[in-house]
Amino acid sequence: MVKSPTTWYEFPFIPGLEEKARNIIFHVPISWSTVVAFIMSTIYGILYLKKKDIDYDLRSVSSASLGLLLCVLATVTGAIWAKFNWGSFWNWDPRQTSIFILLLIYGAYFVLRSAVEEEERRATLSSVYSIIAGVTVPFFIFVMPRIMSGLHPGSLGDEQGKGPVLEFKMATNMLMVFFGALIGFTVLYFWMYSLKVRQMRVERQLQQITDTQ
Amino acid sequence: MIAATAYHIFIKEFVSEFRTRYALNALLMFVVTTLSIILFSIGQESPSPDVLSGTLWIVIFFSAMSGLSRTFVAEEERGTSLTLRLLAHSSSVYIGKLIYNFILILVLSFIIAAAYLLFINEFSVKTYEIFWLTILLGSAGLASASTILAAIIAKANTKGTLFPVLAFPVLLPLLLTCINATKLATEGAFLTEALKEFQILLSFTIVMITTSMLVFDFVWKD
Repeated sequence: MVKSPTTWYEFPFIPGLEEKARNIIFHVPISWSTVVAFIMSTIYGILYLKKKDIDYDLRSVSSASLGLLLCVLATVTGAIWAKFNWGSFWNWDPRQTSIFILLLIYGAYFVLRSAVEEEERRATLSSVYSIIAGVTVPFFIFVMPRIMSGLHPGSLGDEQGKGPVLEFKMATNMLMVFFGALIGFTVLYFWMYSLKVRQMRVERQLQQITDTQ
Repeated sequence: MIAATAYHIFIKEFVSEFRTRYALNALLMFVVTTLSIILFSIGQESPSPDVLSGTLWIVIFFSAMSGLSRTFVAEEERGTSLTLRLLAHSSSVYIGKLIYNFILILVLSFIIAAAYLLFINEFSVKTYEIFWLTILLGSAGLASASTILAAIIAKANTKGTLFPVLAFPVLLPLLLTCINATKLATEGAFLTEALKEFQILLSFTIVMITTSMLVFDFVWKD
């Protein structure tokens, strides 16, 4: 279907997509990382409710803030792809709608946090909200875009099946770069997350010292 | 015991709201104003039934946002939430307020749907079973999600504006499904064709109620 590249550093020339296919190397790992961040935020929320250790709440906020940043990036890279391939930046395709809802959930999470002042009550309420939002998200992100017809690869009626990632339709060169990016973005996310958690712990200790003086 | 207490809390909500009717009156006025705005903006145009199905659920959604947070916010304002926490089991508080919210939004959406059918000519429903079943299940879903979110925001600072912000992402799947089902009703589809939508609505309600009952304790007792 597509001519295999001759050397290891050559990108396969896909007629119709050409250079635009590189978007997949950014868009899919970022979207994957934002869902991971959201799931981690919900799990730490549940752990906070069980153990009442404020450290879990700090971890929940750190992963949520990184998840928000990644969600914005995923929406933007997706919109750029949509402009080049489907004609307009926004189409209300089921998967575009679901990333938009994830953006709203993150936003609502932070608005809720800013509206509560006491630390423990803030942690409890935001954990409960992330659980409530967390029960609707898997349906939206994993189930609905695949059972409804839409423009995004992997929707119902897509003649390529479940999309280029799950069906392994990419040339070996591209596959290597893609998996490298997937691992790279995930590691980058975990590194930024651990930095942010440590920063928040230090900030909290500093706050406690200045409060008691 | 829990069921009996829940029933009494449900009756208490009715009694306290009907004692000084200003909140219910404000809610009805909100419904009337929103319907009038929709009717004004339609004017002489004839929008398609698809657009009208969407606007129907916009009105129902915003009426829900106005009215459904009152059960918990009013408790905090009146200072009675501490007493309620002492007197009643948290599950019965949740169930009582959930049933009250459900009846409230059911009545409101019934009024809005009836107004749409009476005053807007282009909104012609061909399969009434689908339409009324959507109103029923949609109200159940709205009430189930709104009750736990109202409990959350009652403990926060900026209660009024926070409620729609928190509720919209959670209620969006429900709204989209209701709009789709209403479109099917205006197209004259058979009852079995809307089965997928009803399954989604029912499962949304059940999942929301189950999750709420699990986490309500954490919110109610701080």
